Amino acid sequence: MSKRITEMCPALNDAMPTEYRELVENGPWLGDKTVKDLGTFKELLEEHPLCAGCNLALSLKIILSSLPNPADTIIVGSTGCSSLGFMQVGIHNIHSLFGNQNAVATGVKRVLSMRFPDKKKDVVVMAGDGATADIGLDMTIHSWFRGEKITTIMFDNELYANTGGQESGMTPAGRVAYMAPLGKKFPKINLFEIAKTSGCHYAVLLTTANTVRLGACVKKAILLARDVGPTYVQIHTPCPTNLKIPPEESIKVAKDSEKERYAFNEYVSEAAKSFLENTGNKK
Amino acid sequence: MPQYKVLPGPEGYLPPPAALMGVELPEEGKALVEGETVSESDAVQKIARKILAAKNPTIFPGPLVLWAWSETACKKAQLVRELAAEAGMKIIPMPDYRPKYPMINPAVEINPNHPNLTIWHNKIDVCVFIGVHCHYANVALKIIRGGTDCYTIALCGEYGHEDAMITLRDVTVAKLEALLAVVRETKRKL
Ligand SMILES: Cc1ncc(C[n+]2csc(CCOP(=O)(O)OP(=O)(O)O)c2C)c(N)n1
Ligand SMILES: [Mg+2]
Repeated sequence: MSKRITEMCPALNDAMPTEYRELVENGPWLGDKTVKDLGTFKELLEEHPLCAGCNLALSLKIILSSLPNPADTIIVGSTGCSSLGFMQVGIHNIHSLFGNQNAVATGVKRVLSMRFPDKKKDVVVMAGDGATADIGLDMTIHSWFRGEKITTIMFDNELYANTGGQESGMTPAGRVAYMAPLGKKFPKINLFEIAKTSGCHYAVLLTTANTVRLGACVKKAILLARDVGPTYVQIHTPCPTNLKIPPEESIKVAKDSEKERYAFNEYVSEAAKSFLENTGNKK
Repeated sequence: MPQYKVLPGPEGYLPPPAALMGVELPEEGKALVEGETVSESDAVQKIARKILAAKNPTIFPGPLVLWAWSETACKKAQLVRELAAEAGMKIIPMPDYRPKYPMINPAVEINPNHPNLTIWHNKIDVCVFIGVHCHYANVALKIIRGGTDCYTIALCGEYGHEDAMITLRDVTVAKLEALLAVVRETKRKL
């Protein structure tokens, strides 16, 4: 991998905003960073307009610091709260029509592998639960059926946060939201199980509470997508604004969910297992 | 219909694209001044006079000359620097096009999605675009014409920009050098 794409023309270097110069000089480009290194390098996302205590913003920061190859990563996002964060992300990202993210990512991945056959380009979808499991469910699952080598990351805040709190398929049964006053009448979709049976080689269910583990799982998912097949990461990111959680308690709410519906759960296919063993990446 | 003139604004919210008003891109070897086709040398003269007469001229280098894609990009960047020094222009970069939200720092950068903020903040009366990809240059030039009274000049590496008040096309390293020479010459005569 080369750092060259992040170099500036020397003659105009000093005219660039400090933020860009810092990214070039001390960004995460060599991809050997982990969550533990946060604070020692210039992050791809620093300022963002998401709410105080937003677990989605936290997980986005962790994911961005765990990319195995940031200089050659393309993120495909979708409408929802996360799209507000992406505007400040210093890396290639595409905003796709709500729900279309896995279809767009499929095209991007296929074209990149034709255009750069001997380069590793990681295509990572990051979208909300509504985009992934409701309106985009078709695109999500079909990309798995087809075995597309992309990673799908779901920010599961268990409702449509961006539009003011409607229930989604991922909302747990009985949950009342601002715009769903009667309470959810059917259970949360089990997309983790669906991922396992639809062609994903790696699927993981986790929360923002364990940041180091989250970073490691994201890295693993991306590496496996590169060489083995589709992978899926589902992160519980409770929304302080819609769930009326005081910002300072929002990680605790994520942590508490690990005792019930968000108990850590990791699935690794046989092919993925042998790949990890062969590459010494077991953990 | 009288010929539409591409003049400084503020033309109001949603100014029409000059192309819709009948302004055509210049043929090879030609340029546009305020919507009219002129010879390239006339346009170059006019650009030199415009920037030298301005109170607060500013050049906006875009990604194609800011980032070290190629030797040519670096050479163009060097010429941008020299041009700015010669004409007393401020340099404010447009490093990328993401719609940074909630806001950019207009003192140090310009963003194509709200370029008016930078023009207003720095009280820029004449600006020069260079190295900005076509679609974003078009958007930004139109917003500037819509909301500010800034005079816009586009030094385009492709076919030119009808939404700028003056545009050159096919701007190569050699053409930039020629422009620099004319600026020097004009300055000497002033
Ligand atoms: C095609 C389309 N349908 C509907 C919408 C309206 N819309 C915008 S955001 C959103 C919900 C987003 O929910 P989710 O994916 O869970 O993201 P969150 O905001 O919760 O992070 C909807 C329905 C849209 N923008 N485009
Ligand atoms: Mg949601």
